[in-house]
Amino acid sequence: MAVIFQKTKALTDVKLHYCPGCAHGIVHRLVAEALEELDEVKNAIVAVPVGCSVFANKYFNFDAIQCAHGRAPATATGIKRVHPDKMVLTYQGDGDLASIGTAEIIHAAARGEKITTIFINNGIYGMTGGQMAPTTLPGMKATTAKNGRDPKINGNPIRVCEMLSALDGPVYIERVSVSTPAQVTQAKRAIKKALEIQRKGLGFTFVEVVSSCPTNWGLTPVKAMEFVREKMIPYYPLGVYKDITAEEGK
Amino acid sequence: MAKGRVTINEMLCKGCELCVSVCPKHVLQLSTTKINALGYNPAEVVNDDCIACTSCAKMCPDCAITVEKLD
Repeated sequence: MAVIFQKTKALTDVKLHYCPGCAHGIVHRLVAEALEELDEVKNAIVAVPVGCSVFANKYFNFDAIQCAHGRAPATATGIKRVHPDKMVLTYQGDGDLASIGTAEIIHAAARGEKITTIFINNGIYGMTGGQMAPTTLPGMKATTAKNGRDPKINGNPIRVCEMLSALDGPVYIERVSVSTPAQVTQAKRAIKKALEIQRKGLGFTFVEVVSSCPTNWGLTPVKAMEFVREKMIPYYPLGVYKDITAEEGK
Repeated sequence: MAKGRVTINEMLCKGCELCVSVCPKHVLQLSTTKINALGYNPAEVVNDDCIACTSCAKMCPDCAITVEKLD
């Protein structure tokens, strides 16, 4: 008899404050497991955002710093330049990264900072109560788009992976999801690969996780994961958008 | 087929049912009799058909599930 799955030691015993079925818990675990497998837990520093994951520093069993809204890439830049041997991550939601922090993420990526960004895209502002985010799908309802997002009035959603992959600075960009166990496995592989690239000091790495928000979408957790598969992923296609390590291998 | 055993930490479970939805052998369901300290109906094991695939544990956002493989 062998234990084949248990909670990683890279997470603390603090109970997660997230709503039932929130994918933040899954992604927290994947980041922690990836660092544990790379034996970098004691060497990691994560910059956490403003948003639902604002208290993520309580859950990770390694160093964390809570950043001003959207400024995690700027904070991480400073940390990485002072401690180039540390594993430096930012963990950001879509309101944080794609709205108020757009300038920071674009310039951190363009500069090719040797950090890893984990971007949780659930298409809505979770913590503040379901306002429209830059990633809200056309037609999707939010408290600030009562009849659904109309691109003529509210503008179009931003596909961050596609946008950043046009820059020269990033070396690895992948979009994953966590709506099925197979996708969770792929998401962990992507996060681990991004961290390995950071360890080699090759450049900026970025993993977007298409995620759910059952509470603000008004769906049960299981229905929310179905929504991710049926509506979110067609708009935000999964896959590798940039990988210079693969290009080098050719 | 490998045999497994799932253990659920009922104090952490928020009854989101993601584990129930992905189990290929329908080993889990939400309890109809228990309520935990958080106020949710926790998931519980209803049969011993577990094949140790760890799908439930991979989907659990609260790390409430431990899976053992029985030899």
